[in-house]
Amino acid sequence: MGQHTSLYQNHLDAGAKMVDFAGWDMPINYGSQIEEHTQVRTAAGMFDVSHMTVVDVSGKDAEKFLRYLLANDIAKLDECGRALYSAMLNHEGGVIDDLIVYRMSFGYRVVLNCATRQKDLQWLTAISQDFNVIIDEKPELAILAVHGPLAIEKLCETLPEHAERIQQLGNFRGFEDGTWFIARTGYTGEKGIELIFPEGEASELWNKLLAGGTKPVGLGARDTLRLEAGMNLYGHDMDETVSPLAANMGQTIAWDPPGRDFVGKSTLEAAQRLQASGGLPQLVGLVLEQRGVLREGQPVHTDKGEGIITSGSFSPTLKHSIALARIPLDSESCRVDMRGTLTEVRIVKPNFVRFGKKVYE
Amino acid sequence: MSNIPDDLNFASTHEWVRINEDGTATVGISDHAQDALGDIVFVELPEPGSTVIAKNEVAVVESVKAASDIYSPVSGEITTVNEVLIDAPETVNSSPYENGWFYKMTLSDDAELDDLMDADAYSDHCEDE
Repeated sequence: MGQHTSLYQNHLDAGAKMVDFAGWDMPINYGSQIEEHTQVRTAAGMFDVSHMTVVDVSGKDAEKFLRYLLANDIAKLDECGRALYSAMLNHEGGVIDDLIVYRMSFGYRVVLNCATRQKDLQWLTAISQDFNVIIDEKPELAILAVHGPLAIEKLCETLPEHAERIQQLGNFRGFEDGTWFIARTGYTGEKGIELIFPEGEASELWNKLLAGGTKPVGLGARDTLRLEAGMNLYGHDMDETVSPLAANMGQTIAWDPPGRDFVGKSTLEAAQRLQASGGLPQLVGLVLEQRGVLREGQPVHTDKGEGIITSGSFSPTLKHSIALARIPLDSESCRVDMRGTLTEVRIVKPNFVRFGKKVYE
Repeated sequence: MSNIPDDLNFASTHEWVRINEDGTATVGISDHAQDALGDIVFVELPEPGSTVIAKNEVAVVESVKAASDIYSPVSGEITTVNEVLIDAPETVNSSPYENGWFYKMTLSDDAELDDLMDADAYSDHCEDE
């Protein structure tokens, strides 16, 4: 038996099909992944992501520590509640994990992937040795993501005491209220809110949202939603062997101010030179408009060389298959080896759907 | 617990066969199989008139999760395929034993039916998996 979040019984009550996810029993769907996906694109859905790792960082050197630890620069977080997406690199410039960091009244809150929890905590602890910081994991916090065009409205009806502040939130901004933290962040390409709060209060909020018409969404739809939004999934689209520059994460590297040193910076500079000479592959989007489904691991042949699909699925919004693939820079034509058959696909920017609509040309 | 009608025969690879009154057979996949696959998004069907051999690949199902080969439970010639599945593959999820059938065929060797499981044996087989 795996670990359970505080919403385990709520999942069973909602008819969830539970699967093992990195040692946790989590809902893959509640009947139909496609219906849940469409629910988020057209109305409002909620995801229990309490299995993710929450770490609070405080102490005198908290800012200095995170500016050294992360490839993006948390000095950009100029007020409490602001959020930043970043890669956490190793000294070789590979991606240990990707994460969200929030500026909090006490310091910073970092939300990391669940499958990488152990190595992430070891890395945080190792790098923190030279800094005066307190690293405090928060397993007692639940995380509920409520996403979709109606998500904010539904949430405000459910939490009238927070409604005014929720409505005022800009994207990538949040606020604290006692033990609750509420932010406009997410992983779906829709508007929405993530709530991080004591797990003992999770079931009550879940049931209230459910009663108000927000439907539960499993990890299956979470994956197709993030893929349509062109968002990377750790362990698939990038890992420790992949430079963030070869994973469409160049925009999340803060090169300025040039005086800031961070873990992996020197190897990243070398990767940047390699990229300028065409020697580093790129992560692109692939579109297959005919029948069939692109899958992770399928080999890709382009006019410039070989590549591989890192994430692929059927897009419930577009009604055909899409994928992320790592292929040689400036490839113009592309064929995928789909179960022995070479099939022509289109190369697009790795961003397929935003706010319910197709966004690539 | 998945639905297993007792008038069908089942292969260990989760296809079912119904023997029709005229002696032909209808083939589909079980409720257990459609549930394990998740939402089905494409079904690739055989050509009518083609010959199939028992336990050989005859169709492909693509779900949100994976591509899966479908094996013909018996040998014979394909007479009709269910064209509803081309535009509405989700019919396999909603009605695996009725509207979601895959193809109809003539049987070349009735004895092959003895190699298949009845509903009780198939139920045990699903539980053991």
